[in-house]
Amino acid sequence: MKQMIRLTVNDRQVEAAVEPNLTLTDFLRYNLGLTGTKKGCELGDCGACTVILDGSPVNSCLVLAVQADGSQLETIEGLTPADGLHPVQQGFVDKGAIQCGFCSPGMILSAAHLLRCNPQPNEREIRMALSGNLCRCTGYQKIIEAVKAAADTNADDAVQP
Amino acid sequence: MKARFDVINADTRRLDTPDKATGRAVYVDDIQRPGMLFGAILRSNLPHARLLNVDTAAARRLPGVKAVITAADAGMVPYGVSPARYDETVFCHDRLRYIGDEIAAVAAVDEATAREALELIQVEAEPLDAVLTIEAALAEGAPRLHERFPGNLNAEVHQEFGDVAAALKSCDIVKTTTFKNKRQDAVALEPIGCIAEVDLQGRLTVISSTQSPHYVQRTLAMVLGLPVGQVRVMKPYVGGGFGHKAAANPAELCASLLTLKTGRPVKIIYSREEVFLFSRSRHGFVHTLTTGARKDGTLLALAHKCHLDGGAYSSFGIATVYYAGSLLGGPYRLPNMKYDGYRVYTNKPACGAQRGHGGVAARAAWEQQLDMIAEELGMDPFELRLKNVMAAGDVTCNALNMSSLGMRECLEAVHRDSGWSKKKGKLGRGRGIGMACGFFVSGAGYPIYRSDTYHCTATIKLAEDGGTAQLYTASAEIGQGSDTAMAMIAAEALGVNLEDIRVVSGDTDLGVDLGAYSSRQTLMTGHAVKEAAEDARRQVLEVLCEELGVPVERMQIRHAQVVFSGGEVDFSALRDRYIKEHRGWTDNPTGKTLSFREASRIAYLARGTIVGTGKYKPPKLGGGFKGAAVGTSPAYGCSAQVVEVSVDPETGRIIVEKVTDAHDCGRAINRTAVEGQMEGSVSMGLGEALHEEVKFDTNGRILNPDLAEYKLVTALDMPPLQCIIVESNEPNGPYGAKEVGEGAIMPTIPAVLNAVYDAVGVRIFELPLTPERVHTALRRAAKAPGGVTGGKDPGHDRN
Repeated sequence: MKQMIRLTVNDRQVEAAVEPNLTLTDFLRYNLGLTGTKKGCELGDCGACTVILDGSPVNSCLVLAVQADGSQLETIEGLTPADGLHPVQQGFVDKGAIQCGFCSPGMILSAAHLLRCNPQPNEREIRMALSGNLCRCTGYQKIIEAVKAAADTNADDAVQP
Repeated sequence: MKARFDVINADTRRLDTPDKATGRAVYVDDIQRPGMLFGAILRSNLPHARLLNVDTAAARRLPGVKAVITAADAGMVPYGVSPARYDETVFCHDRLRYIGDEIAAVAAVDEATAREALELIQVEAEPLDAVLTIEAALAEGAPRLHERFPGNLNAEVHQEFGDVAAALKSCDIVKTTTFKNKRQDAVALEPIGCIAEVDLQGRLTVISSTQSPHYVQRTLAMVLGLPVGQVRVMKPYVGGGFGHKAAANPAELCASLLTLKTGRPVKIIYSREEVFLFSRSRHGFVHTLTTGARKDGTLLALAHKCHLDGGAYSSFGIATVYYAGSLLGGPYRLPNMKYDGYRVYTNKPACGAQRGHGGVAARAAWEQQLDMIAEELGMDPFELRLKNVMAAGDVTCNALNMSSLGMRECLEAVHRDSGWSKKKGKLGRGRGIGMACGFFVSGAGYPIYRSDTYHCTATIKLAEDGGTAQLYTASAEIGQGSDTAMAMIAAEALGVNLEDIRVVSGDTDLGVDLGAYSSRQTLMTGHAVKEAAEDARRQVLEVLCEELGVPVERMQIRHAQVVFSGGEVDFSALRDRYIKEHRGWTDNPTGKTLSFREASRIAYLARGTIVGTGKYKPPKLGGGFKGAAVGTSPAYGCSAQVVEVSVDPETGRIIVEKVTDAHDCGRAINRTAVEGQMEGSVSMGLGEALHEEVKFDTNGRILNPDLAEYKLVTALDMPPLQCIIVESNEPNGPYGAKEVGEGAIMPTIPAVLNAVYDAVGVRIFELPLTPERVHTALRRAAKAPGGVTGGKDPGHDRN
């Protein structure tokens, strides 16, 4: 039987009746049309479905929609500013960190979360934070460079009055 | 002097990445259609069985099920990749040949219902003995998978160039080793999937996560018995391919049959487990190589025997078994080469093409052996390679023409930048450095089906209102960056800026393109695009010549401006005409030069829509011997790598500390994308070297069909990587460009093997180099007479 859930998705109030076995990934993708959240394995191994749930990155395929009741959710669509790109997105575009792009939304959310918690991470910290997001195309090198570039943007912003 | 370019040969931001960074890029599973059904496929649970009956009655009765299909509906048209080896039908009809083989498919209102219906299908089958290894498949009296192929020999290749036996007799050193890799899975992050729909004219459209819309279109038309013009195949954004999406798959066939039956759109998306079950990725190879050389290191002969564990069907395997031999023809001068290749059927998922198709394990085996020879001759590994490398203009003994080859430059670059001289043999026990080379085709010289077809066509249409151009190609952007590379080539050739080009690609309605495989698109599609852009440019200049009386030779278009040489040209009449048509517009041209916007508008007014077309197929390539086609290419990329490792002698764990990588891609179109291909290749190579292995139980079931137990390289595993782009000027490439997508993987595995030997003095002849395997090898070597010497080869490890 369907259950009612209420949650905030990208600063928008959402109410829906969902089956208790519906994953958060499927809820976002097929009920809300937020297809930036990708499905690569559905077992919590690849990180393509990463979203920020109450301030922490999670594999949304391992969360049931009903478990997200009452939570604050941020997806790649919510990270994207109304105008232009988020500094992490800009870093990924500028540094050539995106090839097929299937891991990119999850990877970018993991990186953005890292920079919120730790605005000037060292390389080891970046690699650690992204180790749950698999990429088969890039070898991660340009992804690391992109996150460093985004961190530098943060630093530049911080010194501005 | 280096040629100067306005658009290409730069570090360029890709056109598609803002959409991909924001989640706006649309992949197949992001698409919904009104009334769409969901398909699912019933697969064999047995590795080998006689199929007696499939009862679908209960499944049909399940509410929400709209169609159930079996071999009775799908027909028996055999298909596959190479017409000489068509050995698949959409569904099994008499025999089940591996755990995962397709038996039936269901379309239902949602995925859960479709999967539930699968469980209601009753399959009656009589188990048969299965053969799961090459040895078992080749054993006398072994059960036969396909009646047509006695002894389970799917394909056999025997080639000899020169006289190997005689040459080996004249060698000062002859070395024989046997080497084994394991099955690798391509693991594109996006699973295989498609949507098929049919319109009221009976026209079938399939939107698929494919590397080759063209091959899928042909296979669908052939198997479904539809005129090819009634089948359109499009790809949206594709989340990686690496080979296993390069041919038509059962998802596309089943979804097509189900939509034809129901009249409703049908989506099929494989689970990750199904992607592993479908496989079509790297074969398991066993190579036995005998190499002979002179005392001075000159290579004289190679005798090569190879067995491929092919799985239950041919897939790309006929090409694989040829590539495994032919790709050792270079990049060294080798006057005598003999190859005996055997692709063997086993009751496991079929293997196919994967990055470095056919050549990766062979290259690993040989480059390790070359290091052993160098050591015995007292030569540095670089010295041995430099002594033997080919140069531009050389032709291999198997008739592959090195029209450009920066092999020496690659070797010198990684030698210098890795600090080789300071490190080789000096890093101390537990740390080591190794190197290797590789080379690869820049596009297969022939299509997979025998044909005189162009390998690609391209069309450029100038916008009628001037200023921009649309590039139409059927090529496949699968993540490698081909759309951006093609836009760059088009902009360069037309003389406009990159942002003036809009690319529409990946659709069989747009032309012919064989697709993204064999590292072909930059060279081949690039040629067609360049020709199309030059054709459009010529037409614009012809109109200007008619209007202004200036010979075409005196005009150029650069940076979207018409540049006149040999004196001032009064074009004010043209500008007046343009401005009169655009009264009230705020962006009318005012500059001192005639803009491309004005010129292309004037050309349209004179001639109607300006359309430039281009096409490409390679000239006749290769020798006259059987199988000479496989390995031919208009050009060859090459690479050299140096890898540093540390090996923990207690645990056998290898950590890759650093990789220095040089690749000759001809003229780089988008330098950032070239580096991206190099970096991605190294990571896939390191995965195969160190831990990737598709494992089976004794019943032929995959033990690790998931990304927890099948381990990819993560951000934590990747070492720092230095990429050096070596640019030769390839005479057969557009602007001198050639491949980088696959060749870049070739040196990685052997460089690791050679570095491990440098670190701990043990040669290991089986992949992957798991801690257990390394530890066992170390222990065995320590027990052997003389122990681990570090300087002497302690012999084969055959665990």
